[in-house]
Parts: sequence; structure tokens; C-alpha cells
Amino acid sequence: MVRLEPRRQHSQSMVYLSPVLAILMTLVVGGIIFAFMGKNPLDALYTFFILPINNSYGLSELFVKATPLVIIAVGLAMGFRANVWNIGAEGQLTMGAIFGGGLALYFYDSESVFLLPAMFVLGALGGAFWGAIPALLRTRFNANEILTSLMLTYVATLFLSFLVHGPWRNPEGFNFPESRPFPDAGLLPVIYDGTRVHLGTAVAVLVVIAGWLLLSKSVIGFQLRVVGKAPQAARHVGFRQKRMIWFTLLLSGGLAGLAGLFEVAGPIGQLQPSISPGYGFTAIIVAFLGRLHPVGILFGGLIMALTYLGGELAQITLGLPNAVTGLFQGILLFFLLACDVLTKYRVRFGSIAAKGRTA
Amino acid sequence: MNASFVKRTLAAVAAVGALATGMGAAQAEDVKVGFVYVGPIGDHGWSYRHDIGRQAIEAELGDSATTSFVESVPEGADAERVIRQLAQTGHNLIFTTSYGYMNPTVKVAKQFPNVKFEHATGHKREDNVSTYAARFYEGRYVAGVIAGKMTKSNVVGYVGSFPIPEVVRGINSFMMGAWSVNPDVEVKIVWANTWYDPGKEGDAAKALIDQGADIMVQHTDSPAPLQVAENRGVLGFGQASDMIKFAPKAQLTAIIDNWDSYYVARAKAVVDGTWESQDTWGGINTGMVEMAPYTNMPDDVKALAAETAAKISSGEFHPFTGPIYDQAGELRVAEGEVADDGMLLGMNWYVQGIDAELPK
Repeated sequence: MVRLEPRRQHSQSMVYLSPVLAILMTLVVGGIIFAFMGKNPLDALYTFFILPINNSYGLSELFVKATPLVIIAVGLAMGFRANVWNIGAEGQLTMGAIFGGGLALYFYDSESVFLLPAMFVLGALGGAFWGAIPALLRTRFNANEILTSLMLTYVATLFLSFLVHGPWRNPEGFNFPESRPFPDAGLLPVIYDGTRVHLGTAVAVLVVIAGWLLLSKSVIGFQLRVVGKAPQAARHVGFRQKRMIWFTLLLSGGLAGLAGLFEVAGPIGQLQPSISPGYGFTAIIVAFLGRLHPVGILFGGLIMALTYLGGELAQITLGLPNAVTGLFQGILLFFLLACDVLTKYRVRFGSIAAKGRTA
Repeated sequence: MNASFVKRTLAAVAAVGALATGMGAAQAEDVKVGFVYVGPIGDHGWSYRHDIGRQAIEAELGDSATTSFVESVPEGADAERVIRQLAQTGHNLIFTTSYGYMNPTVKVAKQFPNVKFEHATGHKREDNVSTYAARFYEGRYVAGVIAGKMTKSNVVGYVGSFPIPEVVRGINSFMMGAWSVNPDVEVKIVWANTWYDPGKEGDAAKALIDQGADIMVQHTDSPAPLQVAENRGVLGFGQASDMIKFAPKAQLTAIIDNWDSYYVARAKAVVDGTWESQDTWGGINTGMVEMAPYTNMPDDVKALAAETAAKISSGEFHPFTGPIYDQAGELRVAEGEVADDGMLLGMNWYVQGIDAELPK
């Protein structure tokens, strides 16, 4: 019989090593799978992980793709540390795009330099508003925020769909479900000519730094960590859990909203029925891949982004199916969780009774 | 500043040189065709049929053509990157097969003037961007005639994707076909708000059958609604491809998208150097719209369906022949006239008699 026994003390270095280990094992298993599919494993891995970023344009696309993932994941990680499980970042992203994008559509012929900053504010507010609903339901009615935030995602996407099919539909767009294009004053400036790297990417880096400072240097960051690790103790010393719930849901919602605004004001340039291929959900994996640490999340976001780009190139140059992308993401998460389990627990063979323990 | 100017000039010269050699090679050489699909090639509908067209290029052009494709590309920020990657990896003819790829296609096309682009179902053209689509509404009129004859409950269930002109036009055409043989038919419409989601599509079909529909029509891409029809013992129509193997007892016919000859012709045009930007909207007469064999119906209905399709194909009859009134009672197409393409392309109103409100 096999069982898991908690380690009394687990190696601190393993906490940071396990993602690296997980990535290495993913490469090995991925290579084996490629070999079974009749592809040269080294060629395939090269196509998947190196080819997308072996030129400056590819690298720039990596940053574009990682931007929303990193911004959202930093916010989510704050909540996850405090045991607040916001699963609805996708909906908060959508609401941010609606609020901020709505402003650009209202002032569709504006040339004001204040339009973009105002869109930032509204985008963040829209996401925070959508995060506030699960916070209210949790603190007032003790409704599980996993369910409420997830459900609200569908409300948000359908609301966006309603808007672009109806009131916000482009009057010159042949009745197709999309808004007017945003005015130039409402588009994120590209910060590196000839690429799609926009201001939002720079903001993502700032978010990482701010998140790191918040977590390591501020009182509320300390409270977050304590509430998550020892809720009893936290209550004992008077940390108010309700405040943590409000804080983390507003923060993660606001950041997700900002990420959504960056997508519509950046690469997309208008509102349309689908604005995100599930960034809000993928960011959950990114948060854990990054060990719930903002700097780790930066790397986690880049790696996840790479699996998307690699998946596309594997289709173009190797004729592999799109499912390869999901396969890699799944294998990566599997090994990461496996490494974590083995870091925290020891595998024991033999029955519990044999060692004379009952608990 | 000076140094950077020199660097840039050198880079530009190198790029022009590379382009020139690339062009020289392309003339002697072949067509490399890239496809961008919105769904998986296994959807058995829209993307599947485009992929059949891709295979037709390989079969017809043999060694002078190579093809590749990217499936399930979201209609958002990702599309632009995928299209650009295809252009960068030496593809000189790129088909982007969903409406939502329109703006990214045009954007990338401007950066790759030597690459030819073909965008399905859109309306923006450039010197190196063509558009193409099929007049599926012709097939839907034929399906409507069949439905009008075959329904017993006089209720038709319609699973729509999005209330865009393409789909609204299809509903109008279908219903006018049905009323031409049976004025008592009514339609119930459910919007699935997706092109491809077998679960949602199937649920919509179940809800419609529960409301008394005994004919299932769909404008979504998976066989799920038809499969539900098969299981519940009602009749239905296949979408985009012949779905008879999913519903041997339920499928009456299917409106097949046939891109094969168009794709082959466009690829050949690139090889011959005769490719030009154009707009193509082909109907039954061009073979782009094809009716699957008429099954599960009596011979007189079969004959009527075939006759209707033949009349549309020959141009003897147009599904949108006036008088056509909209729901508000306004005359849209006068007696004896037919709707022009501009009206068809922007259609956002239901014809009189449809008892449903168009989502706004």
C-alpha cells in the first residue's frame, strides 16, 4: 500500500526548484510524445519552444501574449495566498473591457490625451466592480466566491455579446456584431516600432514590481500571508478576514479589468463578442506556476505564452494538431502539482498500522 | 543618430534584396497555401469543409502546391499573429476563413504586399486581399420548401449562431421557401451565440423539439442538433457538409459548402501569375452551394426540391423575389423585383410572418 506522509520540514529550495523540474520533465515527456507521433523529438521541441522566439518579432509577440496573463495572475495570487479563490477573472476582464472600451466608444471622435488614462481608470473600476459582487456575497451571505465569481463570468460575456449585437454595434459595420474601432486617442501606443508591444506590457512589469513590494514590504501583504497560512492565528491577533476578502477581490478584479482593457485598446482595437481566449482561466495556472510570487508569475506568464505561440508554429510547420498546446499545458500543470506533493509529502510504502500510527 | 541611420538603410537594402530573391524564386516556383480555421477541422461542418478544399488543392496541383493550416484560432488578438506567421514562413496565398479575421487579414496584408490573401465572408478588399462567400440562402430556400412539405406539427425549430445578416438572410429565405408550399408553418428560433459548441447546440435543439418542432434547422457548425433530431425521431437538415452518417433516419438533405473548385482555381491563379483581387459570391450554379442527396422524404417532395434547386441555379427564380414585407409591414422588395446584393448583405430584418423578435 502506498500512502503520503506529510514532511515535518520541507526543503525551501524545492519550492522554487519544483517549477524548473516540472518544466524539464514536461520537455522529456513532450519529446517522447512527439517521437510517438513520428516526429523528430528534438526538431519538434525546437519548433515548439525556440522557433517562436528566435527573432525579435517573435519575442515581442511573446510579451504581448504574456501581458494579460501576468497582470491577472499577480492579482489572483494575492487572493490565493489569503485563501480567497477568485475563479472569475475572465468575467472581470470582460467588464474592464466593457467599462473602459465603452468610454472610447462614447468619445469615438475624441482626440483628447485624457481619454486613454480615463479608460485605464474605468477599466480597473469595471473589473473591481465585478469582483465586488462575489466579495459582497461572501462577506454578507457567506456564498462561496468560487461559484459566484465563476458564474458572473458568463453574465459578463453575455453582457458584452448583448452590447456589441445591439446598442454598441458599429453603425457602419454591416450589422456585424462588433463596435466601432476605437479612436487613435483611445488606443495604447506601441512602445517598440514594428511590433505589437504596447504600453500595457510596460504596465505589466510595473504591476509585478508593485505586487512584490505589496507582498513583502507592506502590512497588508503580511496580513495576506498570515491569513492564508494560519487563519485561526490571524483571527486571534485581530486581522479582519472580511477586509482581506474585499481587498483581494477588488484588487484581483481591478487588475483583470485593466488586462481586459489593454486587450481591447491594444491588439484588438474595438469591442467584439470574444475578446479573450480564456486568459482569466489560464492566469490561474500562471499564478501557481509562479509560486504565487509576482516575480515567479512573470516567468510563469512567459512560459505559458510560449506554449501558445509554439502550438501555432507546430501546426504551421509540423502539421501537428492544435490539441498539442493544451496537452503541453496539461502536462506542465500535472508535473508541477506532482512536484509540489512530493515536496510537502513523503511517499511511504506499507500500511499505516504497521507503523503503529492511527492518525 | 547617424550610425543608426546607416544601420537602418543597410537593413532596408538587405530586406529589399531578400524580397527580390524571394520573388524570383516564387515565379519559377510554386504556391504555398496557408489556411486559418476558426474551429477544429473535426467539426464536421464549416472548418471541416474548408479543410476538404485545402486537400483538393494538394490533390489537383500535386507537387506545385504545399499547404498548411492552423485550426481553432480565436477571432481576437491571436488571429493577427497567426496570419503574420503564415506570411513570414513563406506562404504566398493565405485563406482566412472566418468573418472575425477581416481586420487582422487586411492589417497583415498591408505589410506583405507580395502575399495574396483571401478572406471568407468579409467585405474589405485590398490589392492583395480578395473576398469570397457562398449564397447559402439559395440552399436554405430549397430546405424550406422541403420542410413546408414534411412538417406535421407546422413548427420548425431553428438553431441560430449569431443574429448577423448571413444568418438572418438564411432564416428569411428558409421561411419564404416553406410558406411557398405551406402558409401555416411557424418558426421558433434559439440563438446559441456560438458557431461551434456541440453541447449548447444540442441543448438548443432539445428545447425546440420540446416546444413542438418536428423539423430541425441549424446555422451552427456541429452535427449535434441533427443528432438530437435523429434521437428524438424528428427530421432535420445537415449544415455545411453531408451529415447523413450522423442522422441516417433524420437528414432530409444538407446544404454543403463546396470550396474545392474555388480554392483550386485561386491556387492555380497564383501559380500562373494571374491572381487578382476580386469579390466572389457563388451560388448553386457555381457549385459552391451543393445539396446533399434528398433522403427520408416521398418522391414528389424529392422532385419538387430538385426542381426548386434547378430553377434557382438557372436564374429562373430568385429566393428574394418581391413583394417582400418586413415585420413592421414596410415593403422592402417591390412586386416583380428581386433583392439586390447590397440589401442581402446587410439584411437585419425579418420578413413579415416570422413571429420572433430579432435580437438587437
